[in-house]
Amino acid sequence: MNLHAVRAIYAFEMARTRRTLFQSIIAPVISTSLYFVVFGAAIGSRISEVDGISYGAFIVPGLIMLSLLTQSVSNASFGIYFPKFTGTIYELLSAPVSFFEIVLSYVGAAATKSIVLGMIILATAYLFVPVRIDHPVWMVVFLVLTAVTFSLLGFVIGIWADNFEKLQFVPLIIITPLTFLGGSFYSIQMLPPFWQTVTLFNPVVYLVSGFRWSFYGIADVHVGISLAMTALFLGVFLAVVAWMFRTGYRLKA
Amino acid sequence: MQSIIFVDGLSKTYASGFNALKNINLEIRAGEIFALLGPNGAGKTTLIGIICGILNPSAGQVLVAGHDIVTGYRASRSLIGLVPQELTTDAFETVWATVSFSRGLFGKAPNPAHIEKILKELSLWPKKDSMIRTLSGGMKRRVMIAKALSHEPQILFLDEPTAGVDVELRRDMWAVVRALRASGVTIILTTHYIDEAEEMADRIGVINAGELILVEEKTALMKKLGTKQLTLHLQAPLEHIPASLAAYNLALAGNGGDLIYTYDSKSARAGIATLLKDLDDAGVAFKDLQTTQSSLEDIFVNLVKDRR
Repeated sequence: MNLHAVRAIYAFEMARTRRTLFQSIIAPVISTSLYFVVFGAAIGSRISEVDGISYGAFIVPGLIMLSLLTQSVSNASFGIYFPKFTGTIYELLSAPVSFFEIVLSYVGAAATKSIVLGMIILATAYLFVPVRIDHPVWMVVFLVLTAVTFSLLGFVIGIWADNFEKLQFVPLIIITPLTFLGGSFYSIQMLPPFWQTVTLFNPVVYLVSGFRWSFYGIADVHVGISLAMTALFLGVFLAVVAWMFRTGYRLKA
Repeated sequence: MQSIIFVDGLSKTYASGFNALKNINLEIRAGEIFALLGPNGAGKTTLIGIICGILNPSAGQVLVAGHDIVTGYRASRSLIGLVPQELTTDAFETVWATVSFSRGLFGKAPNPAHIEKILKELSLWPKKDSMIRTLSGGMKRRVMIAKALSHEPQILFLDEPTAGVDVELRRDMWAVVRALRASGVTIILTTHYIDEAEEMADRIGVINAGELILVEEKTALMKKLGTKQLTLHLQAPLEHIPASLAAYNLALAGNGGDLIYTYDSKSARAGIATLLKDLDDAGVAFKDLQTTQSSLEDIFVNLVKDRR
């Protein structure tokens, strides 16, 4: 295994985060704080508790998940797309690195950034609402699994995209709506039965539900199903990335 | 000399159906400077791209120091450094960071002393902490060479290394290439500048429309294919060449003031003595004469033209 290469790419990507600290960390924290102010304090004060949890605290896992998903996708997609855009991808393709090492380093860096961001948002939440974590180990498991899974999705998007518009298309047009409609700000039990069934086709429901269970022990779907769905997404995205590298899709002519 | 790159029956057809390489067979010898010449779109960059792992071959095999570039890609790629044609750099990185990154990417442990040596050799040391976007085009080209040399490769590909650089930098780069060759590095360069190949190369390969037309020792190529010209500056201009001289390959130039005799330089008898005698007999006097040998550029143009 080319550990020097893994370390070099990982350090390179983390250095990019440090250079763009405002965009990478501070901006998402500010926008999440605004969610707390608007949904938690302004609107939340008019909403009664959800499953015995104050509304402000109820939305914390969903808000973390919202940032985790969007940032994982955008960090990883940008990480691999930018060398394609500038042409420096030649160096990666001509280096003695395997597909696994490339994915490990790019996805590892993107997931690290998202996890750090998630933890910062969690810390920020403590300033606004009374948060408790019933299952801290499972909370970390869901956090890491989701960050890795959606960083893989971002990596796929970064390879697929051949312009900046496509790069933004999936995070803005697909991920964000699915997250908003995936129970981040409400329990799906609050929906009419028909929409509850429709919502179950939204994969983000399982991620948010499992993550919220690790906080408060309450879930829209069984935690085992949430875990299985997360693992399924991980497997699917991993398979797509493996296929892309095997065929050279949009990387090698 | 032992071959370090062995290309056997290599072909490349792009998804569009374009046949970029057609059954290329080539051996590069360890320690030589090999110049690959060819017009735009001839297949030079495609050939380099396949050997370096950037492009997938459609057919054929490439061995680098005995390692197959597909099954033994780790071993083969770790031996190669590539300076691509385009100036593609990480604009927001410092020179030091980007060169160090390349070394790690190619599986080498950090070695600040080696990076310092390269940067000094390429006159980049004063700029080591500068962001690449602040550098001139010539400096960026040096950075790309530094990146390619960061992992101490045995083979260096230079794809149009001096395209768009000034004369001074071009001379500097030639000096760097010579020093690398002296240290045992095999160098393969593609260039549009024939004088660059003429100046630097040990052997020349000419590629056109995806086919390798020839591979020759530079000196042998020039000797074999080169023609010589004898130019006689006449005392009085001629309107036409006298009929008695029709047997010679003569042409008039300079409004009839110059008589040019083209002959085969490899021929044992160039026929100059008899020409001069026949000129005298025909009453054609000259005040001066000079001979010139065809350049590599002339040879290259003729080769490519003949194939069209």
